[in-house]
Amino acid sequence: MHLSRILTSKILATVLSFAVFTLSASAKTPALQSDSGRHEVPGEHAGGHGEEKFDAAAAIMHHIADAHEWHIIGHTAIYLPVILYTDNGLEIFSSSHFYHNPRTVTYSADGKEHTATWYSHKGFALFHEKVYKLDENGSLSFDEDGHPLNERVMDFSITKNVASMFVSVALLLLIFGSVAKAYRKRKGKAPKGLQSALEPIVLFVRDDIAQPNIGHQYRRFMPFLLTVFFFIWINNVMGLIPFFPGGANVSGNIAFTFVMGTITFLITTANGNKNYWKHIFAPNVPVWLYPIMIPVEIISVFSKPFALIIRLFANITAGHIVVLSLVSLIFIFKTVYVSPVSVAFVLFMDVLELLVGFLQAYIFTLLSALFIGMAVAEHAEH
Amino acid sequence: MIGSIAAIGAGLAAIGAGIGIGRIGGSAVEGIARQPEAASKIQTNMIIAAALVEGAALFGIVVALLGNNPS
Repeated sequence: MHLSRILTSKILATVLSFAVFTLSASAKTPALQSDSGRHEVPGEHAGGHGEEKFDAAAAIMHHIADAHEWHIIGHTAIYLPVILYTDNGLEIFSSSHFYHNPRTVTYSADGKEHTATWYSHKGFALFHEKVYKLDENGSLSFDEDGHPLNERVMDFSITKNVASMFVSVALLLLIFGSVAKAYRKRKGKAPKGLQSALEPIVLFVRDDIAQPNIGHQYRRFMPFLLTVFFFIWINNVMGLIPFFPGGANVSGNIAFTFVMGTITFLITTANGNKNYWKHIFAPNVPVWLYPIMIPVEIISVFSKPFALIIRLFANITAGHIVVLSLVSLIFIFKTVYVSPVSVAFVLFMDVLELLVGFLQAYIFTLLSALFIGMAVAEHAEH
Repeated sequence: MIGSIAAIGAGLAAIGAGIGIGRIGGSAVEGIARQPEAASKIQTNMIIAAALVEGAALFGIVVALLGNNPS
């Protein structure tokens, strides 16, 4: 695999166009900047006075959740473009405008006083990574549960998860593009290099996941199954890498898994043949059982993708929460001597998470293949 | 009493996962003991079943996370 081939390929054009798109909207301010006035992670005090109690739950949730910037190390962060669709049209600006203007607000909720940091810019407010419109006083107002009463704005920003998805998509295109090219160039010859690494995995998806579950029509669905498998796997693995460009927790985002599950649902429903619908609406049971069977069957049409969604989301998020909790031990005990214990546990958990990452991708693909197989199944003699 | 009842729910879900996966592991190991040649097939199916049971237990964890109302 010569470097020149990669550089001249169409893949690089795609990767570059992603990069240009991502960075173009933040062209007003430098995309990468150090900053001394940036916001602080809740509970972590930059001075390290030790007076404030470390809020482990808040810090962990902050690292699990999506954000409008990509924090790299210390005070360095990439300020991703904020894209809002308001009544006045599209508003695009760098999120550094938000994060450079921290404001604090005190409100009472659940009978307690809360103080929170929020950011404002140009009539918009960023509170807990959600964008609201500022009210007439130019501030946020809250209800009794601590939720802002301001109007929400449609947020199409490139957030950390979106940028991380761009990175994993670019990686996938790079890897598979070069492998596909190598197959074309080396037609009839033995696979070499990356080809020989990926070929067993692709054959594994074909022979152990697609063909047994879908039957003779499996070739139609191979692109989808391969995409699902490798995309989920690479996002799971990248979520474990603690530094840029990894560590963005994409597959632990319920919106991401929701879309993956919905696509599986759409493919199974669109490809359902007469047998499939017959089994749902006129199953092979005595007629007096229909009032029970039909609602159950209809619910199962939706509950199967829902289980896929929740399974992937919960497995990945739970793993990340455990790893983050173990690291937070160091901050809870406020001593560096906990770190050997902490790091050893985190190492063990990370290896387990590698297995879980592969396994969840495999299970998602397997169950998708199973559902597709049920949808396209030919009539079996009862 | 401090804490939230969501923590108790999450603990119960973890018990469910432990029991389920423990039984799967036990049966798998027994099967391998009876027929060592089938070890890799049994192991594959054990992993799959464990992932599905874990999925069910994590439903409970997700509900606990959503309903967490620390007092």
